[in-house]
Amino acid sequence: MLSLYDGSLDVPTILKDWYEEEATSNYGAYIPFVGTVRSEDGIDGLSFDVYEPILESWFKSWQEKAEAKGAKIKMAHSKGDVMLQESSYIAAVFSPKRRVALEFIDSFVEDFKASAPIWKYDLKDGQRIYAKDRSTAISGSGLLA
Amino acid sequence: MVRVEFLGPIQKEALSLEINNLNELAKILQGDAEVSDWLESCAVALNDTLVTSLEAPLKDGDKISLLPPVCGG
Repeated sequence: MLSLYDGSLDVPTILKDWYEEEATSNYGAYIPFVGTVRSEDGIDGLSFDVYEPILESWFKSWQEKAEAKGAKIKMAHSKGDVMLQESSYIAAVFSPKRRVALEFIDSFVEDFKASAPIWKYDLKDGQRIYAKDRSTAISGSGLLA
Repeated sequence: MVRVEFLGPIQKEALSLEINNLNELAKILQGDAEVSDWLESCAVALNDTLVTSLEAPLKDGDKISLLPPVCGG
């Protein structure tokens, strides 16, 4: 399940909904990761652009990897502005045993950072500034250079 | 016509071009001062699938997207 929201995420509600959705699925482990906007470098918050068609196909490939391990993955992400102490990202893995879920959430979040078509901007002094130094070129970039 | 879209922070309107392959697109964009500096760090998608070769043939109605460096979360 991939869910996109305008603005910040309602973390307690999303975690509760996901918990309840799988309450009778016989998973032994539910491991969520919640990303929250921190105060640093004088920012007021972050802002996100999302390109949904490729995000959906990227996520589908991870759903298939999860299924192959008997696991399930869910993800929620913000579009637009998210202010300090609000959350913009939740990923969670459900699996029969904890080890699969612990390892899967790690590799999923790492690939998310490197591959998911989402662009981050700092909100600072009324401006929206692309977080270029914290961004990663997608594998295979430079084809047209 | 092939539509070329520039995603995320690239401040450029979409283009409609008569091109037959990505080599032709590369030559056009390398000569475009608005976008040439982005090319080294951009991935390329054809009809929302990432591509790794310039040889893919293009047809009328295709959509190409340029994806600059990402940072979700």
